[in-house]
Amino acid sequence: MAAPRPERLSVLLPTYNERDNLPLVVWLLVRTFRDSGIDFEIIIIDDGSPDGTQEIAEQLEKIYGSDKILLRPRPRKLGLGTAYIHGMKHATGNFIVIMDADLSHHPKFIPEFIRKQKEGNFDIVSGTRYKGNGGVYGWDLRRKLISRGANFLTQVLLRPGASDLTGSFRLYRKEVLQKLMEKCVSKGYVFQMEMIVRARQLGYTIGEVPISFVDRVYGESKLGGNEIVSFLKGLLTLFATT
Amino acid sequence: LPSLPQAAIPPLGQWLCGLALLGSAWAALPPPPPGLQPPAPLRQALLPLPVYLLVAFGCYSLATVGYRLAPPNDCEEAAAELQEHIRAARPPLRRRGLRL
Repeated sequence: MAAPRPERLSVLLPTYNERDNLPLVVWLLVRTFRDSGIDFEIIIIDDGSPDGTQEIAEQLEKIYGSDKILLRPRPRKLGLGTAYIHGMKHATGNFIVIMDADLSHHPKFIPEFIRKQKEGNFDIVSGTRYKGNGGVYGWDLRRKLISRGANFLTQVLLRPGASDLTGSFRLYRKEVLQKLMEKCVSKGYVFQMEMIVRARQLGYTIGEVPISFVDRVYGESKLGGNEIVSFLKGLLTLFATT
Repeated sequence: LPSLPQAAIPPLGQWLCGLALLGSAWAALPPPPPGLQPPAPLRQALLPLPVYLLVAFGCYSLATVGYRLAPPNDCEEAAAELQEHIRAARPPLRRRGLRL
């Protein structure tokens, strides 16, 4: 495992079929970091995307340099948790940002995460859609209702000390993320929830920054009964076991 | 970083303890001893307390979720800004040889 350098940020970008979005999100990341003078690297973990994402990633590596764009692909879809573990092995930063590669998370918030982290010396900074001027673009009332209802239920049952548990736009100290990855076993939405719940258990501090989440794919992938059921199962498991 | 992990009672355990405490206090409401007349309205109010609390919680839940949905922060500006950034990103990427 590489020794972390002082004040360097490693962005973990798990990708699957993000041929169109990947160059845009990388461009926005590079621009954000260069404008704010943040030392960075972007680790792209592609799970064997059939749409040519890996080829685009290779072109980006040529454009920006292999010290800034690290490609660590995997042969097929192996899950988000293992993607983080795999990516972290090669991360040389002392802070890790996890985010979605589909442009629902805008890199402009990352300097705010860093500001917040320094402000409170937090172990984790979580982007929240449910506090301050955080919000979501592209959801209909049904989706918003389900999301708020689920969040309310989670707050009542788990009292987690964070307003957005299923969010996946976060900044972690590297050693904190490593520790949490050892302990977390869930999948999907519940995985992100478990990270926060376990973080609290271990006494880590969590700061929050309101973010806007721009969902451009909601029309294609509606939230179905299966996902709701597995969310509830996961929530009850966390309720009973953590 | 902290030095000691917390010995955690899972939230389920915390709820069960809390409910057991409240439940035993409620079940221990003694029948009025002879000669003593506790206010009947008070007793009538206390007995159905669990149901009242459940209904009150239900109303609170609906109100809270409804209140949070009411000012719909739809991030229209954020979506528009993103579209603009996407448009701005394409020419420099093409110039550097990327086939979009």
